[in-house]
Amino acid sequence: MDKTKEEQLDNQQNKPLKEPTIWEEKGISRRDFIKFCTAMSAALALPVTFAPKIAQALDEIKRPTLVWLEFQDCAGNTEALLRATTPDVATLILDILSLDYHETIMAAAGHQAEEALNGVLRDQKGKYICVVEGSIPLRDDGIYCCIGGKSALSIAREVCGNAFATIAVGTCASYGGIPAAAPNPTGAVGVKDAVPGATVINLPGCPLNPDNLTATIVHYLTFGKLPETDSHGRPLFAYGKRIHDACERRSHFDAGQYVEIWGDSAHRNGHCLYKMGCKGPETYHNCPTQRYNMKTSWPVASGHGCVGCSEPNFWDTMSPFYKRLPNVPGFGIESTADKIGAGLAVATAAALTAHGVISAVKKDKDTDEKMEN
Amino acid sequence: MAKIVIDPITRIEGHLRIEAEIGGGKVNDAWSSSTQFRGIEKILQGRDPRDAWYFTQRFCGVCTTVHSIASIRCVENALGIKVPENAELIRNLIIGIQSIQDHVIHFYHLHALDWVDITSGLKADPVKTATLAASISDWPLNSPTYFKGVQERLKAFVSKGRLGPFANAYWGHPAYKLPPEANLMATAHYLEALEWQKDIIRIHAILGSKNPHPQTFLVGGMAIPLDPNSQSALNDNKLEEIRLLLAKAREFVDKVYIPDLLAIASYYKEWAGIGAGAGNFLTFGEFPSDNSGKPELLWLPRGVIIGKDLSRVYPVEHKKIAEYVDHSWYEYSAGSGKGLHPFEGETNDKYTGPKAPFQYLDTNGKYSWVKAPRYNEMPMEVGPLARMLVAYASGHKQVKQALDGVLAKLGVGPEALFSTLGRTAARGIETSLIAAQMPTYLEKLVANMKSGDLAIHNNEKWDPSSWPDEAKGYGWHDAPRGALGHWIQIKDQKILNYQAVVPSTWNASPRDAKEARGPYESALVGTPIADEKRPLEILRTIHSFDPCLACAVHVMDTEGNELVKVTVL
Repeated sequence: MDKTKEEQLDNQQNKPLKEPTIWEEKGISRRDFIKFCTAMSAALALPVTFAPKIAQALDEIKRPTLVWLEFQDCAGNTEALLRATTPDVATLILDILSLDYHETIMAAAGHQAEEALNGVLRDQKGKYICVVEGSIPLRDDGIYCCIGGKSALSIAREVCGNAFATIAVGTCASYGGIPAAAPNPTGAVGVKDAVPGATVINLPGCPLNPDNLTATIVHYLTFGKLPETDSHGRPLFAYGKRIHDACERRSHFDAGQYVEIWGDSAHRNGHCLYKMGCKGPETYHNCPTQRYNMKTSWPVASGHGCVGCSEPNFWDTMSPFYKRLPNVPGFGIESTADKIGAGLAVATAAALTAHGVISAVKKDKDTDEKMEN
Repeated sequence: MAKIVIDPITRIEGHLRIEAEIGGGKVNDAWSSSTQFRGIEKILQGRDPRDAWYFTQRFCGVCTTVHSIASIRCVENALGIKVPENAELIRNLIIGIQSIQDHVIHFYHLHALDWVDITSGLKADPVKTATLAASISDWPLNSPTYFKGVQERLKAFVSKGRLGPFANAYWGHPAYKLPPEANLMATAHYLEALEWQKDIIRIHAILGSKNPHPQTFLVGGMAIPLDPNSQSALNDNKLEEIRLLLAKAREFVDKVYIPDLLAIASYYKEWAGIGAGAGNFLTFGEFPSDNSGKPELLWLPRGVIIGKDLSRVYPVEHKKIAEYVDHSWYEYSAGSGKGLHPFEGETNDKYTGPKAPFQYLDTNGKYSWVKAPRYNEMPMEVGPLARMLVAYASGHKQVKQALDGVLAKLGVGPEALFSTLGRTAARGIETSLIAAQMPTYLEKLVANMKSGDLAIHNNEKWDPSSWPDEAKGYGWHDAPRGALGHWIQIKDQKILNYQAVVPSTWNASPRDAKEARGPYESALVGTPIADEKRPLEILRTIHSFDPCLACAVHVMDTEGNELVKVTVL
């Protein structure tokens, strides 16, 4: 952000923003700090005028405790956390928060590690934030995932049940994810199903975008409550829009320009991946705008279709991944995640399929039919 | 004799539990167990084989590319698909940067705290720290101001009395031997490496949309289109960005990681005599030089070493691989005592352990979700040490030169490699060699594109209707943690059986039918323990393997018996 905007920002508050000394202590310049707060307002889909409020809240925080539990996981969300950029992971887990338990990162092991968790439960009941990564197996008394001799289910009941709130990161913790894919051998479920009484917000994705986790935490620190969610428990700021509607290739879809074969000229020129199985038309996530790894890219931008990884049960409902969606809602129909229902999908399917066929006929009838079958 | 339990073993991927008998100041026996099971292989049955890579990628988010690579290779092997050279080169770049990033994260963020006492760094003199750092590397950040800044950040953090992820560790343990300055230097680089890794791994985002879990693999090639002139493809701009990131990766490895590794190792030389393990080594080899699929054209060679004998390297025969379940929570229909090859394996999970919560496992009986893979009935260590030893014994020029150089610097002989320290050193040496090798693949790709070759996918067998009714195959990849194999059987365009034999399954395996210990278990025997309430030394040896337990228990070695039965009946 340039100097003028920064000043404007300050002027929007009646009194000038208090110098964030705590941040300067950490070697973070005021300029960078404001930049971060502005980026956060953008990530949270808030007007830029919220940046000073975020700055003030972060300035006053006293490092709330975060515990990060890993159950039936692959540590993909932990790795995503390590790629966090706004702010970086060290600032996030050392300065903004106190990350008191995280198996993959923490120095302590065994009993001493368990003691760290017990300390949080003892001293900070109802105050700490819990992050859960991985699903929780319910079959056979949960013996498919045990830590320190205790089942994941019993740990989740205790730790999520006593947290201020639980953030389920990734699709496994949100909805059961891959362990819950048919035939769900271990009876895996997400946190909300395992501990119905807990306050849970879901940040699905495989893995989640770490920017969305930071934004959720910043939202909590700024407003003292969790962001608003849709019917799947996902915050609207990150899962309120359909990938298809924000997709950089949408104009090619509308124009009927599709990739037909991997590596063809349409593929090289960034045409629509719908016929290669892209699930963007049925997926709600902010990938096209937020992107990944310092905003470097996201699946469609790198030439592969979306697989719908932020949707509950996508492993079963969106696969086979390379098969074209039979019924894409769209074309002037403005839908939100909550409104999309089977009826709507059926109603729009005909129009959509017709569009797909007609546009393809214009280009290559044979390929289209092959892909459809 | 006291039996201790470390559960969770932290700073690893997944859920690992070690039970160990301690007596006379050392480990007398040890049992390695994994207590998590997901059954992904069973989930794969009946699905489209072209989707398998996306499922198997979720075996692990740390080694986030390796199961995709092994999976597409195994489907391609089953269907007889030859991928374009460009796709092979892009895969090499993805594999290479994965190894580099993974190894550096392992060293600083998972392993270093076994050797580095962060709290001791608070007492360090920043000027002396800068002098120490300058004596081993010309890395530009080596200044007193820089180290003072890091120290103050740490102090501010500690003074508030909330150590966060560094709380409750074994700080002050007598086995920590680094002077405060070395501790401060390593701590500074712990933080630096956090920044560095997220930058260099952008190569995965450029080539494959994101990391972790890049979304770009295809049976038959890759999904990133090539076109020097298109904004929507891998173009000149992006190639240049990759070139710069590879240089940045290499610079950090050679100027920070390797000097730190050698400096730290010089204080812990006794660990070159501890933690030997199985003494047998297996590697599938890696980095194909072209798309011919010939094992002799792998840059790092394939091979087996038996009984620490570096005078002979045996070829790898996949028929000699078998998995045992005598101490694992599974049953075989033919009864116990037998190993099954991945194509013939079966899986019936049967938990017979104690009901949770429990204190000890029944280590005389079954005690882990990890199976016990054996090669020619022998336990095998896999990973960087196996790769470096096989290359060394095969006369690989770069490897020999690098290994001999490090051994000379530390003043030890090749026998020192069979140890905890040897494993950790081999990982570093390999990282440096891979970082030096990567530009070769990038420049080859650039040359191909220049000549007009933009092929990234072999489309001949993309359509399942072109496949035979039945097919089977296997795909190998030597992942950062070692030899990885996927085996697939396809019937009627769907997955009939899928099985993965994974690096950490080899290394973390429990005992087999002959009661032979797995590599973790045998490496722990004899490890000195100064304080059994704070078994830091066990962490050192276990972490030297870089455990990845989600990988190890992917896993139901399904044999899809249900489906087979249906067709038989």
